[in-house]
Amino acid sequence: MFDFLDSGQYDLLEAFWVTVKLTVYSAIGSLIWGTLLAGMRVGPVPMMRAFGTGYVNVVRNTPLTVIIVACSLALNQTLGVTLGSEDFKVIGFRLAVLGLIAYTGTFVCEALRSGINTVPVGQAEAARALGLSFTQVLTSIILPQAFRSVVAPLANVLIALTKNTTVAAAIGVAEASLLMKEMIENEADAIFAVFSVFAFGFIVLTLPTGLVLGWVAKRVAVKR
Amino acid sequence: MTSVLYDAPGPKAKTRNIIYTVVFVAVLGLVAWWVLGAMADKNQLAAEKWSPFVKDSNVWTTFLLPGLLETLKAAGLALAIALPLGALLGIGRLSDHAWIRVSVGTVVEFFRAIPVLMLMLFASAAFAGFTDLDSDIRPLYAVVTGLVLYNASVIAEIVRAGILSLPSGQTDAAKAIGMTKSQTMAFVLLPQAVTAMLPALVSQLVVIVKDTALGGVLLGLGELLYQARPITANYGANTIATLVVISLIYIVLNFILTSIASALERHARRTKKTTGAVVDIKKIDAGLGGGAA
Repeated sequence: MFDFLDSGQYDLLEAFWVTVKLTVYSAIGSLIWGTLLAGMRVGPVPMMRAFGTGYVNVVRNTPLTVIIVACSLALNQTLGVTLGSEDFKVIGFRLAVLGLIAYTGTFVCEALRSGINTVPVGQAEAARALGLSFTQVLTSIILPQAFRSVVAPLANVLIALTKNTTVAAAIGVAEASLLMKEMIENEADAIFAVFSVFAFGFIVLTLPTGLVLGWVAKRVAVKR
Repeated sequence: MTSVLYDAPGPKAKTRNIIYTVVFVAVLGLVAWWVLGAMADKNQLAAEKWSPFVKDSNVWTTFLLPGLLETLKAAGLALAIALPLGALLGIGRLSDHAWIRVSVGTVVEFFRAIPVLMLMLFASAAFAGFTDLDSDIRPLYAVVTGLVLYNASVIAEIVRAGILSLPSGQTDAAKAIGMTKSQTMAFVLLPQAVTAMLPALVSQLVVIVKDTALGGVLLGLGELLYQARPITANYGANTIATLVVISLIYIVLNFILTSIASALERHARRTKKTTGAVVDIKKIDAGLGGGAA
């Protein structure tokens, strides 16, 4: 039943390794981009606030599939953006990471903003009374406390991101779901076996993330 | 607007804010200039690439509207099936019998951990292998099946959280007047939990609508995004114009749904008839696979 694993025809580990790489690069990128967006949305400059709000509302309501397909069809094939590579496999991977960052950043921003709201007003007031500027208030007083209270929501976003990397299959990035599509077509008599192998792979990826970050969330949460 | 994070701007801060604004607008302008320049370079700004969407009703009647209809059909069917299934699973997770609780919990956590695309691919292969469904209709069946399996388990979590958000006095009072467990659930707990669950359910509908786009690209369901290919083929490679119009339709549709969800949430918090508890989809335990995105 599982003999397709021995044939050497499919490289499962390679496919899941691409999924892991997509997840890690996009997670780092969207954490940075989401924090910047959150900073703009709570900041004193009206223009940046408007941009942050507009960006989040537009991108969050666009299907990820549309964003990633647009990265490939519009950015790459029409406008000729190659993101510094000649190899079409590398270009596809980088475009997928770009799309995932653009999309996931909005969820990081919203999670952080709700975390900022959990920080007691007195913290910001005390910081302002000391004469700290907005950037100082945000980076040394508010965000460190906000991050501690949003570990659990951010873990949710990370797990959703892990599952969302499968959308990269839409532009032909050779990650797990594209391999599954190929295998399911070739091994029509073993679809349950193929499906359970890939389901197992994803549980292996998401279960530890949820458990570890759940434990971290409990440890770092600010008791109020 | 004042915020607790910064002081009301004085003369110095006002000048600084103006400088920031100018720099920020300049950066945005540079990006826009580069994009428009690149588009003009590839002849994507030409009027004939965009005019079909305003001048030619065929684009709408032949491609966009049927595509939107297919999107709504898949999303509506998925919601209509996932809702009762999810309610059953959610109640099952609260059962007093351990064997029901544990087995339903396993099913829910399993399907929440698997990407919805994989469920769709699997459903498509299963329908092809074990049924004689016509290959025209198979993508719709596969997409709806994938969406139902995933969303029923998410809805189960929403229902469970909604019921748990009610004060325990409700159950006690129902017991005191001699209601059975199923009467308590059907006549006391569920009706009250609906108010708390409604915003999260509408938000989940947004997720369903967004996920239908996967079926268009990877399974050949004729939904909205799928129509990009025939449109660009028929109207002279107007890729960017087509993608912009299609995204706008998605954004407007989802923005309406999101606004309804937040209006419902405000209403639920304000109304005096309930406890004012609202299920927050982001706060639902991640479990194996959570994640509302």
